[in-house]
Amino acid sequence: MDHSTKTAEKPDAGRFAIRRARAGDIAAVIALDERVTGIAKPGYWSDVFERYGDRRPEERFFLVAESKAGRETRVVGYIVGEVRAWEFGSAPCGWVFAFSVDPDTRLQGIGERLLDAISKEFQGAGIRTMRTMVPRENSLHMAFFRSEGMMAGPYIQLEKDLD
Amino acid sequence: MKLQIASRLAVYALIELAADPERQLSVAEIGDRYGISAHHLAKVMSTLGRANLVRSVRGAGGGYKFCGNARRTTLLDVISMFENISESEPDTVGDRTEAGAAFRQVLDEIDDIARATLGSITIATMLKLIARRRQAGAQSAEAAEQFAAGIGV
Ligand SMILES: CC(C)(COP(=O)(O)OP(=O)(O)OC[C@H]1O[C@@H](n2cnc3c(N)ncnc32)[C@H](O)[C@@H]1OP(=O)(O)O)[C@@H](O)C(=O)NCCC(=O)NCCS
Repeated sequence: MDHSTKTAEKPDAGRFAIRRARAGDIAAVIALDERVTGIAKPGYWSDVFERYGDRRPEERFFLVAESKAGRETRVVGYIVGEVRAWEFGSAPCGWVFAFSVDPDTRLQGIGERLLDAISKEFQGAGIRTMRTMVPRENSLHMAFFRSEGMMAGPYIQLEKDLD
Repeated sequence: MKLQIASRLAVYALIELAADPERQLSVAEIGDRYGISAHHLAKVMSTLGRANLVRSVRGAGGGYKFCGNARRTTLLDVISMFENISESEPDTVGDRTEAGAAFRQVLDEIDDIARATLGSITIATMLKLIARRRQAGAQSAEAAEQFAAGIGV
């Protein structure tokens, strides 16, 4: 992607920083997730932070985007992923399993920077392939990942109602 | 998936024009590039014009320019102008049988995936895909050259 045009069109991009999540960010992550999905999941996020926040940091990545306005900082997005090895017989790859940007700060390049940041972490861990799973009807997520160059992978997700 | 020729031509023309919105290309120029008749393409271009994706430039050397939003125009948007792929096939042979209904469920599953794919890929994403493929092609050509040089071919 041509980052020069990107920055020219998205002047706010410099006001955001990407860093590892800290315990103090979790309340903001829970609130953002609730705003986007309509469901509050405090137990889930505390657990995710416990497992991905600082355990095995060389292959687990919980990153947040932080906006800065003067001294005020605010979490405006997050991405969580990890290296998974030999799952379903696949060679090690990087999985992204949670990802959101604050609806008020979308289309400013934050999603792209979060995805770039986690891609670099995966590369640093020696990983060459990144995967994720997207609901077919979530056209926003689908369009985003496609625009970032992701294509259909060699696996297909299957499911069955257990009644 | 089988697509109408008009849908393909529309996708090609939009990719060609959106690659440089300042550039104008005549129907003949686009047609030449893809080996298609100007007559067939002209009809497609006027449909794209009505949808405000391209506009015609009059005068000597006239042609078309892209005027849509490449980041928000998906392949599904374009294809839907020329054929209806949003609905499942009308009643067809055997549909009302148990086997027919089960077979339809499988075919609908395939169509759903195809529609979701086409609906998530924009013209801008196609341009990025082309650029990546070009780069990968250049890299493998370079690697082949280095290999050939290495073994003294
Ligand atoms: C998908 C998402 C992360 C993108 O974040 P973002 O910060 O707005 O993305 P960016 O600004 O970096 O956009 C990058 C590219 O994605 C594509 N994109 C983003 N939003 C889009 C939209 N509404 N329509 C089409 N393409 C879009 C564009 O190509 C865009 O590049 P462009 O602005 O140059 O056209 C964000 O929209 C989001 O959080 N959506 C909801 C996610 C969700 O449902 N989470 C819960 C389940 S985990």
